Amino acid sequence: MTFTLPNLPYAYDALAPHMSKETLEFHHDKHHQAYVTNGNNLLKGTEFEGKSLEEIVKGSFGKNAALFNNAGQHYNHLHFWNWMKPNGGGDKLPGRLEKKITEDLGGLEKFKTDFAAAGVGQFGSGWAWLSVKNGKLEISKTANGESPLVHGATPILGVDVWEHSYYIDYRNRRPDYLKAFVDHLVNWEYVDEQFGKAV
Amino acid sequence: MSSMSRRHLMLVATGIAAAVVAPRLAFAQAAAPATPTAGNAPFILPPLTYPVTAFEPHIDAKTMEIHHDRHHAAYVANMNNFAKDTPVIGEKPLVEVLGNLNSVPDAIRTGVRNNLGGHANHTMFWQIMGPNGGKPEGDVLAAIDRDLGGLEKFQTDFNAAGGRQFGSGWVFVIVDKDGKLSIETRPNQDNPIMDGKRALMGNDVWEHAYYLTYQNRRADYLKAWWNTVNWTKVGERYAAAKAGTLAV
Repeated sequence: MTFTLPNLPYAYDALAPHMSKETLEFHHDKHHQAYVTNGNNLLKGTEFEGKSLEEIVKGSFGKNAALFNNAGQHYNHLHFWNWMKPNGGGDKLPGRLEKKITEDLGGLEKFKTDFAAAGVGQFGSGWAWLSVKNGKLEISKTANGESPLVHGATPILGVDVWEHSYYIDYRNRRPDYLKAFVDHLVNWEYVDEQFGKAV
Repeated sequence: MSSMSRRHLMLVATGIAAAVVAPRLAFAQAAAPATPTAGNAPFILPPLTYPVTAFEPHIDAKTMEIHHDRHHAAYVANMNNFAKDTPVIGEKPLVEVLGNLNSVPDAIRTGVRNNLGGHANHTMFWQIMGPNGGKPEGDVLAAIDRDLGGLEKFQTDFNAAGGRQFGSGWVFVIVDKDGKLSIETRPNQDNPIMDGKRALMGNDVWEHAYYLTYQNRRADYLKAWWNTVNWTKVGERYAAAKAGTLAV
């Protein structure tokens, strides 16, 4: 397959004031676009041509760093746009997901705190994650373009903590960005959809 | 001036006074072994020795302000927190701590690597920049010609290395004890001291270093940054590296 940049599933200004139009323009039109363009160039002539995105991400990890970085970031961003929505966040989660978060992670409030802490604790560029591994939910963090996909898990929610995700809106205040993400942006229906596929 | 009185000055210096005495103190902080009586905040944020507007339009004033007063200050504050429970990390010279991370307690090793690395990198960074920075000359220019293929090739290769560093990190010129130069990158706030090497100079390619002006255009930032380099300071650091007296 070749990589293509999807349109955002909402208007560029739809997530303001939690994530500005300007941030989404650069993040989607420039950063994600660059991963797509570079990824396609790096894919040419490799054994990964014709494979699915997930296969490319898993297969190139630890073997072809440049391809992995771009394919990994393409995968991460494809989902990231869908992991957010206008008027997201809040405490109304699909029942089965809420139940699982309570069982495995000590409840929604504890999840929010621990997920944000994972994002704050990721030193430098990277991501914080909620994923399913061996049937259980877990919170983790990864550097740069990595994701739980290359660590035997299936991500169902991720937040980008590269500075380009929040620097225009929050400057150095990453904790404020993460709080806004959890409280106002998370698209729990999409998280639940990914959860359904993973279990 | 004794190290005791330097220390005292550093602790009381604020505002204008700090700005005036800053250049010496910035060196002194790492060069002078701290005394056990230094108090519970042995790590000091070296004040900038030029106004935050000094590098407009190449680096905007807001970026300079946040970069120094927030990002670098956070590394310093985090180190002072670690030093409360583990005073030894503030008592030894920075080079000794960063060069022997294995001897730092497990619980704070990663924190010290990240935050003392960040403190070292940024202290060097502010030092080697300055208004009206001139051109490389003398020994350092000879070394650039000899080891890096001349100034133009050096700048092209340095920019390319900085562009290739995926995610947050630094691009450095490494200088060995014989004065030989090479270009290397490090992720995050890692510093060459951690591998027993020394940085002559370096550029920060964390997005916070350039995002407000350049956004995704890191290559443009890398190119413009050369307008901010203080070659007199780089020359001094080159001489200090060869003499084995480079403090940070």
